[in-house]
Amino acid sequence: MNRIKSKLQESKKLLSIYFTAGYPQIDDTVSIIEDLEKNGVDMIEIGLPFSDPLADGPTIQESSTKALKNGMTTEKLFQQLKDIRKTVKIPLIIMGYFNPMLQYGVEEFCKKCEEIGIDGLIIPDLPVDVYSEKYQAIFEKHKLINVFLITPQTSEERIGFIDSVSNGFIYMVSSASVTGATSGFGTETKDYFKRISKMNLKNPQIVGFGISDKQSFKEATEYSNGAIIGSAYIKHLTKNGVGKNSNFVKTIR
Amino acid sequence: MTYQADEKGYYGEFGGAYIPEMLYPNVEELRQQYIQIMQEESFQKEFKDLLKDYVGRPTPLYFASRLSEKYNTKIYLKREDLCHTGAHKINNTIGQILMAKRLGKNRVIAETGAGQHGVATATVCALMGIECIVYMGEIDIDRQAPNVARMKMLGATVIPAKSGSRTLKDATNEAIRDWINNPVDTHYIIGSVVGPHPYPDMVARFQSVISEEIKSQLLEKEGREAPDYVVACVGGGSNAAGIYYHYLDNPEVGIIAVEAAGKGVLTGESAATSALGKEGIIHGSKTLLMQSPDGQITEPYSISAGLDYPGIGPMHANLFRSGRAEFISITDADAMKAGQELAKLEGIIPAIETSHALAIFEDRKFKKDDIVVLNLSGRGDKDLSTYIEYFNL
Ligand SMILES: Cc1ncc(COP(=O)(O)O)c(C=O)c1O
Repeated sequence: MNRIKSKLQESKKLLSIYFTAGYPQIDDTVSIIEDLEKNGVDMIEIGLPFSDPLADGPTIQESSTKALKNGMTTEKLFQQLKDIRKTVKIPLIIMGYFNPMLQYGVEEFCKKCEEIGIDGLIIPDLPVDVYSEKYQAIFEKHKLINVFLITPQTSEERIGFIDSVSNGFIYMVSSASVTGATSGFGTETKDYFKRISKMNLKNPQIVGFGISDKQSFKEATEYSNGAIIGSAYIKHLTKNGVGKNSNFVKTIR
Repeated sequence: MTYQADEKGYYGEFGGAYIPEMLYPNVEELRQQYIQIMQEESFQKEFKDLLKDYVGRPTPLYFASRLSEKYNTKIYLKREDLCHTGAHKINNTIGQILMAKRLGKNRVIAETGAGQHGVATATVCALMGIECIVYMGEIDIDRQAPNVARMKMLGATVIPAKSGSRTLKDATNEAIRDWINNPVDTHYIIGSVVGPHPYPDMVARFQSVISEEIKSQLLEKEGREAPDYVVACVGGGSNAAGIYYHYLDNPEVGIIAVEAAGKGVLTGESAATSALGKEGIIHGSKTLLMQSPDGQITEPYSISAGLDYPGIGPMHANLFRSGRAEFISITDADAMKAGQELAKLEGIIPAIETSHALAIFEDRKFKKDDIVVLNLSGRGDKDLSTYIEYFNL
């Protein structure tokens, strides 16, 4: 079974961490992944940096710019991850924008992911409509789970469509915003979490955007299966470098 | 076979809407309603009245006799430089502010390169009493200072884009991020025929007034509606879309698109997208764009802030790919020379963007009785400091 699916069956709230590949140093990728797993993180999103990350706030933008300056490329990332399955068991997802994948060749990209043992992709600017029409067959052939986003503004009808095309989990964006750590969720956001949870979707939901500490992790996972932390972890890396992950994970749960 | 957009916003293989889910409700609302709203009688009336009484349309179609004599052909200039605020950009912003009002939005955001679109947006927001925020690259803020002052005087807030190349591409990223953060009350007035569907088609429709007027003006002057050639500079391609629009599907009319070669197409400091670009996705649209082999978007260069964009609208990508249009790239130096020449021959100081289009006559020869209509997209007031520095005036 796909590692994402079996992980989702465990009866705990999943902690997923996003980091930008090539940041802070070009060769940190593997040690960050191994160390996060060692510290009990359940799932990792490896960010493939892009020059123009439209859906990201300043923290992830800056880490992407730095990663590209450090020389990160699609090919380089695949090389770094070549032997990752010899040491790492938890689900790995690549998160990136569509243009670099398009230039690599979508089929070729998916094939490489399968060879390495990547379990899924998150591509914010590949809309579900285009995916289901043009790319779903390729993803499925290479056993990749594609993860779609929903927001508080997504209509119920569209959530239904996204649920029908999804085959792993739904990425529930906590508020209408770009990525970036805020502190705590208001009642409006909690109502949204509740509303989605009541829809009894086929796919479980994992919450992302704006989760930075114990409190926000707890609130985000009250009605969902887990939460994704990105900007707050990048900030931790900027401040402390790699290897201090146990400190970070302890601040979350 | 048509060169217009299809229902899903594709021009051939280019176009579409490659947007994050956060933008979907806004873009979808617009997509479902734009044609219907534009066709409403009250919309048409308000749009036409404002173009006439506020913008000053129709703009003249001027026969440039001294320029024609020099290049031994018949050159007409479509005088968009005489529009209120000094460029064609306001045709689109008038249309979009009326759209924003009908969609019930009370906050407007825009990106700007040369500042012309920012000024045109700030102007219509002042006219309608709507809050206006303009994103502008830090570098462009420096080289287009008069337009920054204009926007402020018109009551707009100008926010510098400090990421990436700090020019038009990055200002557009920031505007899109703002829209993601403000999904309910805000309308994004894009300044060219770029971005996700329905923007390229909607902006082209608002700018199509340019070729609509040319048809009747040319009929009066030459006894025919269609010229032999239409010529325009292409940044994103809105003034070009406007002058091509009603001739796109008429094979008798030659289409010429002029891009900025910067310091030379192969110098690494250029914005000649058709020559240097590959198919990819920028700002929600599949089109031709300048990028690294790895798919990272390249930072373009042109002396002209309005042409300093690493992509072109999907309409133009299709015109290029299909061979329907002829693409020419013009260096900074040749553009500056052509701007100077128009000033001395015809008493018109053009925007540097437009100067690129004017520069084609040096090498691209036309027949003596060819009728060539060139879109004089803007006036040179905003560029005076660049002209002063360049020519030591
Ligand atoms: C006078 C003028 N012409 C042309 C352009 C380029 O834009 P587009 O290609 O959308 O017409 C600009 C952009 O700022 C401009 O100000």
